[in-house]
Parts: sequence; structure tokens; C-alpha cells
Amino acid sequence: MQVLDRLRRAILLAALSLFAVAGAAAGERFITVASTTSTEQSGLFDYLLPKFTQASGIKVRVVALGTGQALDLARRGDADVVFVHDQAAEEKFVAAGDGLRRQPVMYNDFILVGPKDDPAQAAGQDIAEGLRRIAAARAPFVSRGDKSGTHAAELRYWQAAGIDLDAIKGPWYRDTGSGMGAALNTAAALDAYLLADRGTWLNFRNRGKLSILIAGDRRLFNQYGVILVNPARHPEVKAADGQRFIDWLVAAAGQQAIAAYRIGGESVFFPNAAE
Amino acid sequence: MTMSGWLRLEALGLNENGARLLNPVNLTLTAGRTAILGANGAGKSTLLRLLHGLLRPSEGRLIWPTPLSQGMVFQRPAMLRATVLANVEYGLKIRGVESAERRRRAAAALAQVGLGDFAKRPARRLSGGEQQHVALARVWALEPQVLFLDEPTASLDPASSREVERIIGDIAAAGARIVMSSHNLGQARRLAEEVIFIDHGAVLEQTPAAEFFKQPGSEAARRFLRDEMP
Amino acid sequence: MQEFAASLALAAHLVSAGDARLAGIVSLSLGVSLGATLLACALGMPLGAWLAIGRFPGRHTLIVAFNALMGLPSVVAGLFLYLLLSRAGPLGGLGLLFTPTAIVIAQTFLIAPLIVALTRQLIEDAWQEYREQLRSLGARRTRAVATLLWDGRFSLSIVGLAGFGRAIAEVGAVMIVGGNIDGVTRVMTTTIALETSKGDLPLALALSLILIALVMGVNLFAALLRAWAARRWG
Repeated sequence: MQVLDRLRRAILLAALSLFAVAGAAAGERFITVASTTSTEQSGLFDYLLPKFTQASGIKVRVVALGTGQALDLARRGDADVVFVHDQAAEEKFVAAGDGLRRQPVMYNDFILVGPKDDPAQAAGQDIAEGLRRIAAARAPFVSRGDKSGTHAAELRYWQAAGIDLDAIKGPWYRDTGSGMGAALNTAAALDAYLLADRGTWLNFRNRGKLSILIAGDRRLFNQYGVILVNPARHPEVKAADGQRFIDWLVAAAGQQAIAAYRIGGESVFFPNAAE
Repeated sequence: MTMSGWLRLEALGLNENGARLLNPVNLTLTAGRTAILGANGAGKSTLLRLLHGLLRPSEGRLIWPTPLSQGMVFQRPAMLRATVLANVEYGLKIRGVESAERRRRAAAALAQVGLGDFAKRPARRLSGGEQQHVALARVWALEPQVLFLDEPTASLDPASSREVERIIGDIAAAGARIVMSSHNLGQARRLAEEVIFIDHGAVLEQTPAAEFFKQPGSEAARRFLRDEMP
Repeated sequence: MQEFAASLALAAHLVSAGDARLAGIVSLSLGVSLGATLLACALGMPLGAWLAIGRFPGRHTLIVAFNALMGLPSVVAGLFLYLLLSRAGPLGGLGLLFTPTAIVIAQTFLIAPLIVALTRQLIEDAWQEYREQLRSLGARRTRAVATLLWDGRFSLSIVGLAGFGRAIAEVGAVMIVGGNIDGVTRVMTTTIALETSKGDLPLALALSLILIALVMGVNLFAALLRAWAARRWG
């Protein structure tokens, strides 16, 4: 039965290696945070999380998705904390009993990015006016189209501009269904306009001819909130450790760390938990 | 026992996809060394495979008055990617023979075919003739009571053929009944006591070897002997 | 072309500097893909051999099903496994989502059909050659399956290699069930995807080059092994 023995040994080896990789990560105290691609790709977490781990001994595992997906994930109980930026969706999440309490953490701002030569003459201080000009010129525009916080914001701005997107959508409007970085890559390749969050933009390398055309409009304000997933609904949620992370974020230590994070000397996020 | 023979075929026949591969035939095998003769495609291999149980008859039946252990050697032996010794041990392993005993019997069988020094060689790297020797050792190690051989020397050079013939003679002398297909008349003459002649899927005669070679009973056999004579 | 040279230099630098993070990602990639390959081979090869030589009702349906599964989009497999492993899903209690084990399961799931189909083809051919001989020697089907698998071990190593290649190149399902968590489930492909979306194309390309070099190294090793085996065993 030499052959069957060998087969059995191969199966055993496979099972062992399975345990080996699983074991490497086991026994560690951690929470899972569902967050957004914009936060991860801005580099904030790389800076922030080690500080929390040092203070608490709790590791933070971040799954970065669009805000809509992150909330869906948490709704199924696959995360302990959500850290996202779409206030309306967050409030709905809490109201439905999926999360406990929404706490504001920080803000940054959205920017309208486009080709430097600005063929639609969209540059300025007014996001609504800028979008109207892009639509009038039928200039290429890239949309995230992925139910993310940035996508939700973009749709609000079109509405504010008085434009019925469904009525005038054409080939110029590219609904890419992708994350912030992928959408930026697409826009850079097409010399298109798009709405981005400042954090991802500052950390983005492949800019091509793109530059910031509209910033500073009060409506471009982008608030981030943090919510503990409701442990009554999902008993596996690590409520104590999750709450500890939230408390740290909104207390002085976390707020100062957020303020201290810079890319190329520029501040990216502005703590505002106290407001 | 001798009267009833060690194997009886009762109206044994084979059809495949509407083609008749073997006409129903009644035979009783009594001889210790039988040669199945006939031209290429006459149905020699088919008959051997039916006898060995590799093919299932579509009609009639085989009767073994006493169950006998069997082995078969093919025209082209299939060697496993393993040593010569492992190839010879394989059949013993299947029969649950314990490992030291297995090794002993395999080594003895290899010595009997003159390949005692080849035990550790990879079997598939041997020449065709050497592989056929390994095949004989492999079957001999099982000490079969009946040995079927399908054209065992058809693809070998004359020297290897002679060697293989000698070994077949040794196995017969050790007590195994031999049933061998061949179209080599000299070989059949040297080895067989009895000849079964088959032509176009029909068994035409079963004759003692001496008589067959002197005066075959069928016209087809006479033609076959004339064509095959050197 | 200039970008490519820059990435090549960066790849060389990353490797020679022995970057600990890179080493962690590479060893995780190798570990999970190797685990998935072994697991898929242990399950898929006997199954493939059984499909090759067995005769039972439903065999053809199974063969067609496995052939079709080979074309399963990785995202679909990922989604299916996510729903299965999610805390709200039937296997949620195991707590496997977003762990390396989840990646191993996803990769196993994706490459097993490939291994079954390729093994079946190989063993079917070998069965043609060996069937009468093995039956004559008294081997029953289970024994024949084991014998043919062992006899075809060198050809089957290529099958395993094809599986490993697909496993380590896998991104869609791995992203979904692994979550691309830094230091836990971030493997080479998801890192490449992440760096691409950060717009750091030189780094993404450098990592891709390292991945390609790894896969080529494994293939080279297998080719040498096979050449040696062909010379040794015929």
C-alpha cells in the first residue's frame, strides 16, 4: 500500500500547511474595521494604526472598500467597526439597528480634478457651476459609480447643479464602477474630469496631465464617521475592543495623530470629533 | 480430469458493434502446451483475452472445472515507472504477500529469467527484449497454474526470441499450462503439444501439434502453412 | 521602456535590500498557494483518476461539470465563498473570513477543477496503455487509480504546477475573501492591485516582475525535475 501511503502523506502535508498559515495569524488580539479605499489609499491607516496598537495592544485589520460595500459588509457582521464617509448612509445604518452610534472623527475635502488645460473651463470656486460647464461641453468625466461615499457626494453635486444626470448622460460620462485609485488612473489616461478626495489625490503618483481645478467650496466638505457594529445583532462583534478603537480615535491622542499626518507637508485630514 | 480438460468453452462467441469477432466455438483444453495459430487479424488475441477474462463473451461461457490461477504476457509489456524489482513485486503486492517474502520471490524470478543483476534498474529504460524478460519474471513470480502469452516474441530479435522461448519452456516445465498465440511456426513447433487454428474469427481445428504440421485438417490451415513456411 | 527599466531596478533593489514587508508578502503568497495546490492535488488527482477509469452513472455529467468549473470567474467563486464564510453565512461560525485559510480555500476551489480535468486526461491516456496489464495482474480499480497516479507522478507534477500558477496569480477571489488586510491577508497580487490603484505604477510593476520571476523559478525547477525523471525512469 506504498502508493496510498504516499497519497495519505500528501494530504497530511497539505492539511499541515493549511494550519501553518492559519496558525501564523491566530492568537492575536485584533479587530476588523471596514473602511474606504480613500482612507487606505491616502496612507492614513499606515500612519495611524500602529499608534493605536502601541497604546492598546490591539491590532487593527482594515478591509478597504467603497462606503456602500463597507456598510454591507458590516451589516452581515463581517466587521467590528465601520469607518466611512457618507453621512446619510451612515445614519440609515444606525437607524436600522445595524450600528450603535455614529461619531464624527475628521473631515477632508473633495476636489474636482481635471486636465490642466481645462477645455470645459470648469476651474474656480463653485462645484455646481463647474459641473454645469463640464456637462455643457460634454467634456469627458469619470465617475466612481460604485456606491462609495465619493460617488454619493458626486451625485449630490450634480443635483445641486440642477442637472438631471440620467437625462444628459452620454459617452462623455464614464461610469467606471471602480475604486478611487482605479478611477484616477482612468481619468489620467483619458484626460477626463473627476471628483476625488484630497487624501487619495495627494498620495496618487500617476497624475499625468491632471491637476486640481476646483477646491474650497463649502459643499465639498467630506465628513468621516465611525460606528460600532451592533453586538446585539452580531454576537461575534468584538464590542469592547472596537469601542476602545473608537474612543481612541475621537479622544485627544487619535485626533492629534490625525492632524499630524501629512503628505508632502500638506495636511490631509482635519480632526473634528469635538464638534 | 484429463478427459474433461482443465478449461471448457461452450458456444463461446464475441460480437462487438455488430461485427463478429469470434464465431461461437466449443473447445476443451486438455494439453499442457497449446499454440493458437492463424494469420494476423484472425482472432488469436481476442480468443486469448476471452480465455484470460479480459474480454467478456457476448454469448456462451467458459467453464473452469477447478479454478486455476492465471497470468498473461502481452506482445508489448507495460512497465511501470519503477525499478525492475518493483515491477516484478507488483503482482505479489496486490496479492498481499508480505514484503520480505515478496522481495525473495521477485529476486528468484528475476534470476530465473537471467536478469538477476537488473533489479535496481528503471524498467522502462530497458530494451524491448529485456522488458519482455521482466514481464515473464513478473508473471512467473506469481506462480500461475495457467499462463497465456500473446505473441510474446513478435517484436523481438531472433536472439531475444530464443531466450524468451527457453523461459516459456522452463515455466511449463515448472508445471504451468501454457496457451500461446504465435504466427512463428518454428516456435509453435518447438513449444506446442497441440494447435488451435483460427481463421477469420472461426476456430477451424484443434489438432495435436505433430499431426497439424504434417497434415492440417482444413484448407485454410494448409494455405497458412504454405504461406508461412520459410 | 524607461518605466520598465526603472521598475526592474526597483525590483532588484527591493529584493537585494531584503525588505521585510516584501518578504512577508512573498512568503504568504507562496505559503497559501502551495497549501492550496497540495490540497487541490490531494483531492483533485484521485477524483480525476477515478473519473478517468471508473464506469458509473453520472460520470459524463461530472466530467462536463468539472470542465465547466474550470472557466468559473474568480470573482464569482469569491462571492460564493464570501457568502458561505461571512458571519451571517452558513460557515460564519468558523471565523475564517479575512484569514489566510480563507484564501487557501478560495484558491483550492478555483484550481481543483483544473487539476481534476487535467488529471483525468492524463490518466485516461495511461489507462489505455496499462489497463490490460494491470487487470491481468489482478489490480482492482482503487489499486489501479493509485498505481496510475504514482506512475504518472512526473507528468502530474506539471498538473500541480498549472494549479500553482493559477493559484498564485489569483486576485479576484483572494481580494474578496482575504480582504487584502495589511500583514494578514495581503498577498502579491492584491498588493499589486493596491499599488496600481495608488497610481504607483513603478512599484506595482516591480512587484509584478518579482511575481513573474518566482513563477518562472518554480517552473524551471519543475522542468528540470521532469527532464531528470524522463532520463531516469523513461
